[in-house]
Amino acid sequence: MSTEILMPALSPTMTEGNLSKWLIKKGDTIKAGDLIAEIETDKATMEVEAVDEGVVLDLLFKEGEANIPVNKAIAIIGDPNEKVEVKKEAPIEKVIEEKKIEKNIETKIENKKADIIDKPSPKIEEDRNLSSEEITMRQALRDTMAEEMRKDNKVFILGEEVAEYQGAYKVTQGLLEEFGKERVLDTPISEHGFTGLAVGAAFKGLRPILEFMTFNFSMQAIDQIINSAAKTLYMSGGQINCPIVFRGPNGAAAQVAAQHSQDFSSWYSQVPGLKVIAPSTPYNAKGLLRSAISDPNPVIFLENEILYGLKGPVNNDINFSIPIGKANIEKEGKDLTIVTYSIMLQKSKEAALRLKEEYNLDAEIIDLQTLRPLDTETILNSVKKTNRLITVEESWPFGSVGSEIANIVQRDAFDYLDSPVIKVNSADVPMPYALSLEKLYLPQVDDIINAAKKVSYLK
Amino acid sequence: MKKLQKADYIKMYSFMLKIRRFEERAAQLYGMGKIGGFCHLYIGQEAVVVGILMTIDKNDSVVTTYRDHGHMIARGLDPKRIMAELTGREDGYSAGKGGSMHMFSKENNFYGGHGIVGAQVPIGTGIAFTHKYNGEKNICRTYIGDGAMNNGQVFEAFNLAALWKLPVLYIIENNKYGMGTSVDRAAAGLDLYKRGEAFGIPGEKVDGMNVFSVIEAADKAGKYVREGNGPYIIEVQTYRYRGHSMSDPAKYRTKEELDNYKQTDPIEIVKAEILKKKIATNDEIEKINKDTLEEIKNAAEFATNSPFPKDSELYTDVYL
Repeated sequence: MSTEILMPALSPTMTEGNLSKWLIKKGDTIKAGDLIAEIETDKATMEVEAVDEGVVLDLLFKEGEANIPVNKAIAIIGDPNEKVEVKKEAPIEKVIEEKKIEKNIETKIENKKADIIDKPSPKIEEDRNLSSEEITMRQALRDTMAEEMRKDNKVFILGEEVAEYQGAYKVTQGLLEEFGKERVLDTPISEHGFTGLAVGAAFKGLRPILEFMTFNFSMQAIDQIINSAAKTLYMSGGQINCPIVFRGPNGAAAQVAAQHSQDFSSWYSQVPGLKVIAPSTPYNAKGLLRSAISDPNPVIFLENEILYGLKGPVNNDINFSIPIGKANIEKEGKDLTIVTYSIMLQKSKEAALRLKEEYNLDAEIIDLQTLRPLDTETILNSVKKTNRLITVEESWPFGSVGSEIANIVQRDAFDYLDSPVIKVNSADVPMPYALSLEKLYLPQVDDIINAAKKVSYLK
Repeated sequence: MKKLQKADYIKMYSFMLKIRRFEERAAQLYGMGKIGGFCHLYIGQEAVVVGILMTIDKNDSVVTTYRDHGHMIARGLDPKRIMAELTGREDGYSAGKGGSMHMFSKENNFYGGHGIVGAQVPIGTGIAFTHKYNGEKNICRTYIGDGAMNNGQVFEAFNLAALWKLPVLYIIENNKYGMGTSVDRAAAGLDLYKRGEAFGIPGEKVDGMNVFSVIEAADKAGKYVREGNGPYIIEVQTYRYRGHSMSDPAKYRTKEELDNYKQTDPIEIVKAEILKKKIATNDEIEKINKDTLEEIKNAAEFATNSPFPKDSELYTDVYL
């Protein structure tokens, strides 16, 4: 009986990998625990061990082949005396593998969705400097940091694993090599300490970019962010500003559960003295990060792990920036307004497509881009046109960015509203681990469609 | 050790006296309701900051705790504007928005005045990082209360400073009490200066009631740090005559304990030395006393007559 060796998922968000090296060849006898291949993911290159035993009957991919989907058979092992049957479907080891397969199917669906909705907005397509080549969000962020570091020697980056490891999510790849260890600093795992250090450096005139491996760990440093970075300009009567960017992934990744999946957008947006940005595409990530690095104030720059691999065109002008505090009308529409940001832009776009096809509702989508200061003008103008509003975001519902928008709209555009504002948020519980519950927890396209129907009084 | 000139003795005496008179006046204004909120006095601890002052370069940076009035005076800042900040007026160093605990003077490299126990320690370490990053020969003096020595971020900062060999001089002002809790009830192990040992940071304990001891230690430590050897810790044993803040009657300690410390009053020690060395006569000292009292009286006058900040100031300085 033969066994397929499948492309493993080496991280929670990995969907494909490159086969950088085979450590076995056809005819070898392998035991469980033997190293069989080196797989390169978007984050790192890792060795893979065999979990089954037998003789290598076939290697299905050559060294160097790229973008092999997770769970695709890459080799076959078995008894050489038996006839090889290449099965098309579900392999062995059901119990262990089932979860991976299920996840893979999910991923495939997500990928398909991405094909439909990943087109840049018409406004972006008008950009005459738009690159013909598409790059990922992580490349866009990296390129922007490198460009700004070339321009200004005072810009440096620090954080856990940003230098030699090339970034936990590879966002800082290559920066150490170009800028050296004086400007790209690996820190110990001590957020409170190195955040305070970076704040002090900013007070003294440097322009640190501080990477939190994820914003979950920024809670270790929250005192320095709020009490020191955000308040000192005010407390010093305008003398001491703090030009610093706190950046890193925010919100849910994939099945990393309660302590590693939290959206802090409304927490930070509540604080005067901070600016808060949440990019949604490689295009706006570039423009917004440049504005953040150039800003003389502390900026919270909320990235999203799942979006790091999102590809899109960018503006390659090294001075291209998108102003802080300006929302983008991603799609114009007349029947209702969807206000969203970060990863929920993608889901909102898909919902808008379906709303048009299935209910003939023409939704306008506003991508906030900046959460603080909030572009209330763009929101209000849209509501005055469509008369209906839903907000879509990943954060918990209590006191969310959507709550503030609902407040502003009822105050300043009450007479224009044809229905109450509806907020779409994550469930009001800690993030669960199980895949099924995680899906329930996060806002889904159907939730957005239901909210849109409700504000349009459709059954 | 640094050779002290005659003028240095007069400078030390004048600064220490100015701090004391300032704090006494602040206490009076607090009692009159002219100063609000929290107000932490430095009386008794004057030799610490003045001793350190004698060893510094004006381009060195300073960052300290909320017990900061004396530190600002020692930095050569104007008592009028310090007092005006205490009274919350527009002429204050923070335009009335910071208050007693949050005062800054960027042009004088004085980076606060921090209200959160321990927070100034990573910040001072970061300022030292900047000196090094910019290739400057300056150091950052970071003051730490004994209470903060049980705060986690302090050790994170020590680790970073040692790891990156940052030019930071940590000065622990051990005044024996973190609010109402004595050091022995808060710290496991009373040798706070040894708490950098695990990171390879040298430390030294100094008598903080005697300004000459402080100068000697600060001089040595400052040289070590300035030469690029990394951080250094001085634990200065001192004592605050008053409570933790104006609202603290200090019932957790005895009158005998306080009186005992007053026997070694830091200002009296300098005065005795001046007279012994015949640097100044009694009359000359009396003149300094009178002038100082007058200067502080004027500061209080100024601070109570300076206008309150304009209402429009509420919304300024949130962003640059």
